[in-house]
Amino acid sequence: MRERGRAPVIKLKRAFGAVVEGEALVSREGFSPRYDLDRWTGLISRPGHALEGHNLKDKVLITPSAKGGIAAGWAFYDIKHKGIAPKAFVFGVTNPVMVQGAVFAGITITEGWARDPYAWIRTGDMVRVDPVRKTLELIKSRYAPKLSKDTKC
Amino acid sequence: MQLTPDEKKMLRGGQGAAVKEALELQIEVGRFFGAKRLVPISNAHMMGDIEVMGDSGKAFLQRMSESGAHCAVPTTTNARCIDFEYVEKLKQDPDEAAKERQLIAYLRKMDVITADTCINYQTLYQPHLGERVAWGDTGTVIYANSVFGARSNFEAGPAALAAGITGRVAEYGFQLDAHRNGTVLVNVKADLDDLADWGALGKLVGEAHQNYFAVPVFTGIKRRPTADQLKHLGASLASYGSMGMFHMIGVTPEAPTIKAAFGGGKPAAAMTITSRDIARVYAGYSAKNNPLNLVVFSGPQQSLFEMKNLARLLAGKKIKPRNQLFVTTSNGVKSAARALGYLASIEAAGGIVLEGVCFYILQNIGQMRVENGWSNLVTNSAKLANIIGAHKFNTILRRTDDCVHIALTGEDR
Repeated sequence: MRERGRAPVIKLKRAFGAVVEGEALVSREGFSPRYDLDRWTGLISRPGHALEGHNLKDKVLITPSAKGGIAAGWAFYDIKHKGIAPKAFVFGVTNPVMVQGAVFAGITITEGWARDPYAWIRTGDMVRVDPVRKTLELIKSRYAPKLSKDTKC
Repeated sequence: MQLTPDEKKMLRGGQGAAVKEALELQIEVGRFFGAKRLVPISNAHMMGDIEVMGDSGKAFLQRMSESGAHCAVPTTTNARCIDFEYVEKLKQDPDEAAKERQLIAYLRKMDVITADTCINYQTLYQPHLGERVAWGDTGTVIYANSVFGARSNFEAGPAALAAGITGRVAEYGFQLDAHRNGTVLVNVKADLDDLADWGALGKLVGEAHQNYFAVPVFTGIKRRPTADQLKHLGASLASYGSMGMFHMIGVTPEAPTIKAAFGGGKPAAAMTITSRDIARVYAGYSAKNNPLNLVVFSGPQQSLFEMKNLARLLAGKKIKPRNQLFVTTSNGVKSAARALGYLASIEAAGGIVLEGVCFYILQNIGQMRVENGWSNLVTNSAKLANIIGAHKFNTILRRTDDCVHIALTGEDR
């Protein structure tokens, strides 16, 4: 449930990459570029995934955890070169493969958040990820300018 | 991060552009995790094939090899997506096979040993207690950390190659004492006989604590496990839980006692696994009224002991017509199995034994599934049962002899 009032700047624990702004794609489910993603179109393709049918391209993916194994390391580089990479990965917890893969591909990646982003940010909102300041910020809600209390993430 | 004079020189390009680029990648990753320094490694193991890396990864390898990159420590390759002997039979794409050959040539030019196995820890190299390595896939890492007491993080293909080229890794994660302590106590009250039972145990624990830094500590194991049993447990924990390490009291080298395994700390959680829990895992799979026509022993590749057992179970028998049985193993194990007659036994029964590959990354596996009318995939590997779902298989975990029974009869007993 979304909290009332002005959205905070959410502090992140660890971060790499350039400052990016983009549309949030928010998932309560973990993410694997191998298991969940069609690496030709950028669509989240695994049947039943919380983001099934959404396209990752140019989005800021906010997801609680990383899934999958070693092969993910090449997959980020692959989608970057196909022009279908997201602008950033914002993970609750991740593993080294995701970080190695994102650094190798030059995609912004972060891990850990000081407060729950799900209370503030929904799919479609514009957000900014700043790896230097280690922050995640809501720039513009796609919904009403005044944040209402009853909408679901 | 503190760098040695040698490392500073590498970073300035004093050992060539490839070394500089590899070290820069490692330093960025190390910074992310707060590493204070780089530490030397003795061995690297990398995943690199055309299915996982695509054309962009291949172009990267070409650039690295042409810029004179060269491995500073022995560096081996993981299972790949093509067994060249079977490209036609499996209707794999000849263009992709040609790319795979080029890619292998780039790796060899960099002095990478293209051994193509995910059981390097059984067949190629067994690091000792405290030895630092840079390995991937996940099954190799969890085995190194847990069973040998060596030190590795999950290293993605480009990261393991970078480590091979610089002979170093950033010191974070399982390279540090702090992350090697147990976090979850697992009381095992189950009888664990078959390899699949150990995989099922890994599934239950991995699913319940999905976290790279969760380190389960197993206690109550009744019989000292074999290397293959530990292999299936580790591969399953890594697959379902993204875990990189476990302890087993009295079995693994950093766990002589529960106190030692937890580093003097207390478990954050505890769970008990009974034989009923294991039975429930098997009961959770269903054929969904589709034929049981595909049985696969893969993920990880089969050891020589597993090959011997399959040969025994299949000796003098025939797989049911239109059923298929696949086995994947390394070149070395297949050669030994051939010399020992195990291969003849499996092939005479109608089984197909692929070398240097893993079933779930086979080039064209999705199309193969459709063309062969496969819906269900029966396996004794809990890991395979987990990961091949991405290719839209319905998977069924069964004990090894039940898998063979299904291959022979099409019936789940």
